[in-house]
Amino acid sequence: MIETLFFYLFASITCLAGLMVISSRNPVHSVLFLILAFFNAAGLFVLLGAEFLAMLLVVVYVGAVAVLFLFVVMMLDINFVELREGFQRYMPLGLGVGGVLLAEILFVFFNSADMPETVVMVTEVSNTRVLGRILYTDYIYLFQLAGLILLVAMIGAIALTLRKRENVRRQSIASQTERTRADSIEVVSVPSNTGVKRS
Amino acid sequence: MSGLELTYLIELGWLVLQVFVIIIPLLIGVAYLTLAERRVIGFMQLRKGPNVVGPFGLLQPFADALKLLSKETILPAGADKVTFVIAPMLTFVLALVAWAVIPFGETLVIADINVGILYLFAVSSLGVYGIIMAGWASNSKYAFLGALRSAAQMVSYEVSMGLVIITVLLCVGSLNLSDIIEAQRTVWFALPLFPMFIVFFISTLAETNRAPFDLPEGESELVAGYFVEYSSMSFALFFLGEYANMILMSAMTTILFLGGWLPPFDIYPLNIIPGPIWFILKICFVLFVFLWMRATTPRYRYDQLMRLGWKVFLPFSLIWVVLTAGFLISFDMLPATAGLN
Repeated sequence: MIETLFFYLFASITCLAGLMVISSRNPVHSVLFLILAFFNAAGLFVLLGAEFLAMLLVVVYVGAVAVLFLFVVMMLDINFVELREGFQRYMPLGLGVGGVLLAEILFVFFNSADMPETVVMVTEVSNTRVLGRILYTDYIYLFQLAGLILLVAMIGAIALTLRKRENVRRQSIASQTERTRADSIEVVSVPSNTGVKRS
Repeated sequence: MSGLELTYLIELGWLVLQVFVIIIPLLIGVAYLTLAERRVIGFMQLRKGPNVVGPFGLLQPFADALKLLSKETILPAGADKVTFVIAPMLTFVLALVAWAVIPFGETLVIADINVGILYLFAVSSLGVYGIIMAGWASNSKYAFLGALRSAAQMVSYEVSMGLVIITVLLCVGSLNLSDIIEAQRTVWFALPLFPMFIVFFISTLAETNRAPFDLPEGESELVAGYFVEYSSMSFALFFLGEYANMILMSAMTTILFLGGWLPPFDIYPLNIIPGPIWFILKICFVLFVFLWMRATTPRYRYDQLMRLGWKVFLPFSLIWVVLTAGFLISFDMLPATAGLN
């Protein structure tokens, strides 16, 4: 009973937050609602018994990806009027993507009788362990491939944004720590009225 | 009222009671942590600190709380009102919800979940939202800069913290917090994983925005950082959240490296002291080191802070993960495989 209650709570908040993401006027609010949607999706995962996936969703999407979203959106100099203008133009595209997704869900929903029954693990092993066992044995090559793709993407992003600028004095930690008293300080006795001449 | 509903109600009441049993001492702890901080730093700087209100200044936190409560709450005209109000609440709530999984003793834990350490990690990574929302909603340049600094800093140091946690998990073979403590019966992880202990501690300093990494608050350049525009109770909530986070991070350090509620040696006079007392003593020790760091270290420059996180801690902890895994496999000591076959 309690679980059904929580399911409807999480599910309705997820849907409402999703609606607010596309309808709120302020892009920062959109991102904040997106985060709320992620969070409630994690709650749904917990109800499914997939606690590892739930925590991963929070750590990765909410804790890292969405922070960067928020960063970018907050820093952008956004003209709200201009943003509304694009709405009409992108409307068909958005509706098309939404329609495809809806069709897919309906397809799964109405054909669920033909689908294989969900295998319920009747062991005492936690789902973290089961996931790990499958991921690192049966699908190890795919897993490594995914890691490689991410690495390439990361290197690509760095290569695109890294630029060597002229006239910038960078700090060299090694040369700083290697400095000794002898090569940075010199004690001179200054005779009065003449000063010290330096070449 | 049927019997089923009654059991639910009783269960609910019991849960609420448990929550209060944890939260009230925690809030008192937070209040006295602020006092301890001022006293300890005072003694380290050869002055007395607050010692007037009550014996040894023991009533000082309550005087401060009353002062904050009686002040006016100010909503800046240009602020995003809803976000502005939600931000301190979020910070405070997130600092409290993490305590649900903290084990105080062998059976003293509200929710003994399988993914306890991941839950802690997730909640601590959410803390950044309170700060970034506050900074943005204030509509003030100082607050915004403070929030950006803070967010970048917390995201950066989370990476190395995650790797440190992985190292510990390799030695435990479970994500459950009680299992992590139980695995330290022979030796605390602070000894075999000493470098990771140091990396973790410094990362927690950065994660809680404490000195020497308190750039988000850097009063000399940003006035007070992300909470410049806050006053009265909303300010107090940020303050409470920050100190509760400090206690939480100390608890996390204690669980991962200092053996949680285990006594240092399993010998007679030490093992009759109950576990929760050991746990609290260890937390107090870690908190003292937090204050000690604040009193003795100068603030980092921002680029140096980022360099430390990404160019020193990240590669170093990554190497340690590989080393630990290699060591455990080559000596056939990997605990995760024990229950597999």
